[in-house]
Amino acid sequence: MPEPLLRVRGVRKLFPIKAAGWRTHAQRVVHAVDDVNFDLGAGEALALVGESGCGKSTLALTLLGLEPLTAGSIRFEGQELAGAPPEVWRLARRHIQMIFQDPYESLNPLMTVGEIVAEPLQVHKLATATEERRRRIMAALDDAGLKPAQHFMRRFPHELSGGQRQRVAIAAALVLEPRLLVADEPVSMLDVSIRAEILNLLADLKVRRQIAVLFITHDLGTVSAIADRIAVMYLGRIVEIGAVNDVLTTPQHPYTQALLSVVPAPNPRLRRQHIILQGETPDPVNLPAGCRFHPRCPVAIARCHQVDPVLQAVGAGHAVACIRTTELRTNTL
Amino acid sequence: MMEQATGGYRGVWRRLRRNPMGMIGLAMLVTAIGVALLAPWLSPYDPNAIIRVTILDIYQSPSPAHWLGTDDAGRDVLTNFLYGARVSLTVGFFASFIAVSIGGLLGLSAGFLGGRTEGVLMRFTDIMLVIPDLPLAVVIVALTKPSLTNIILVIGLLGWTGTARLVRAQTMSVKQRKFVLRARAVGAGNRYIMHRHIFPLVLPLMVVNTVLVISLAILNESTLSFLGLGDPATLSWGQMLNYAFTRGAMSAGAWWALIPPGFGIVWVVLACTLLGQGLEQALNPRLLTHHLAADRTLTSHRRLQPAPTSEGATPGNR
Ligand SMILES: Nc1ncnc2c1ncn2[C@@H]1O[C@H](COP(=O)(O)OP(=O)(O)O)[C@@H](O)[C@H]1O
Ligand SMILES: [Mg+2]
Repeated sequence: MPEPLLRVRGVRKLFPIKAAGWRTHAQRVVHAVDDVNFDLGAGEALALVGESGCGKSTLALTLLGLEPLTAGSIRFEGQELAGAPPEVWRLARRHIQMIFQDPYESLNPLMTVGEIVAEPLQVHKLATATEERRRRIMAALDDAGLKPAQHFMRRFPHELSGGQRQRVAIAAALVLEPRLLVADEPVSMLDVSIRAEILNLLADLKVRRQIAVLFITHDLGTVSAIADRIAVMYLGRIVEIGAVNDVLTTPQHPYTQALLSVVPAPNPRLRRQHIILQGETPDPVNLPAGCRFHPRCPVAIARCHQVDPVLQAVGAGHAVACIRTTELRTNTL
Repeated sequence: MMEQATGGYRGVWRRLRRNPMGMIGLAMLVTAIGVALLAPWLSPYDPNAIIRVTILDIYQSPSPAHWLGTDDAGRDVLTNFLYGARVSLTVGFFASFIAVSIGGLLGLSAGFLGGRTEGVLMRFTDIMLVIPDLPLAVVIVALTKPSLTNIILVIGLLGWTGTARLVRAQTMSVKQRKFVLRARAVGAGNRYIMHRHIFPLVLPLMVVNTVLVISLAILNESTLSFLGLGDPATLSWGQMLNYAFTRGAMSAGAWWALIPPGFGIVWVVLACTLLGQGLEQALNPRLLTHHLAADRTLTSHRRLQPAPTSEGATPGNR
């Protein structure tokens, strides 16, 4: 099997937290990302889905080396990035670009759109000829749907709408012609009315430019427009991963089922009964023993309090981390 | 929308123009600078002319020949006053330039680099902060030759602590902002980020601070001169006050020897304070304060929230 574009193994990111009292000697940690494994092929889009605080952003930041890993391995195009020297990261960042959640905060208010989009070229000392640089900036703005491009070059971010700002961020990511785009909830801060446009733009770029996309979202409803595969994340770990179709039509993990049950289904015949999860999200500091989902799981049994399940294949490319998967499936069939 | 207010430095000037107090301060400062520059043309007499004085020339009250009377040496007070503006403003500008450069450099380094560097630099700043400036300045100036250069150096080298703390705080808050993270994600290094993203957003604060430090420096110079530690070769406003007090202007009832230098000092200090406050208000609050960190403060992770609109409502009310 050829090496995928991105290969993530056992990635772990723990944030130590300051002890509240001077007597507590035990170092407490936030398990933001806790043993994550997945592959992402060239030109493929993987949606990473999970509720707020499950570690999606932290995972994205570790993939770009913006948060140092606690443990694990990240290979990009066969090159190990975990613990790699700055030069290796620098080169990797030419090919991995990120779009942040908040387009109001992620653009420098004192820089024009032209300067913002030129920045990656400047930082990597690419397209140093004025004419070529200008051409690449215009092309990127154009590809991001900011037309006519020269109309936007001299604008400041505050003169643009949220959607336009996110397009500027996309243009700045595109200008380096990356192979992987990490989009961290790119539409969650935008008006509902313009979300679809931005999602379509990303989907279109993925197809036209063959860019692999790691699309992070807390909203399962936005997934199918872009993604080929879905990874569902719960408390720092992937609990189910598979092709979009498989996961959306035959979700195996009780958490995925709960998430899906409350997504307004476009097709009323497919509507399921709402599964309301009991309890609160356990905090990532004091993880429950056994399966980390068991306190909220509607089908948890005694063994779930002890066994920490690992991802196991349930179909072609479809894997689930739940000890009851096979048993429950045979029951319903 | 609040974002409408940001963007470029041009907005600062536009908002300053609408701030009456700030504009009054600016006009007052420009007047003072104008007086200092035009002193040779405005002054009725040559300040360095060697004049023959009789007892009658000393502390002459205001007259058509001497609008503001004469001083203890029989020289024209108006001329002294106009040339005194040059000394006071020179000290103010150079000393505050030194102070803001040192404070800015330390504050930027400490705020940006963090860790051990920050600890060491800020401990040093705290020590400098608790040492009272004036007594130390008096001691240093008294031990060195009281020349204008020395006074500028002493005031500048002692007056940077406030700037350092202010700049450090601002640097730390700019560093937290998402566009800095985005620049890192793009591959930018420390030097680029400092130069392109941090410094331009800290600079406005440093400008405001410079204006305020100028007034402090002028006050300090006046105090030192008044205490007899001024450069004997130059006649600053502080020096004029010193001579007036020590050479009998009070007993002679020569108020004209006291009021002009006092007025000059108050004028410039007031100008700087008003302009500084005006600039502070004109600077975008969004440049000075950290935008709400939406990611962690607005969204609670205590809820299961797959509802598509649960996070989407924020842009309207931010
Ligand atoms: N810099 C940090 N220091 C401490 N805890 C953090 C930090 N960043 C994130 N966390 C914690 O890690 C967990 C995952 O956060 P995050 O990755 O932002 O989640 P998501 O993006 O899925 O909403 C949260 O509990 C959060 O509070
Ligand atoms: Mg997030």
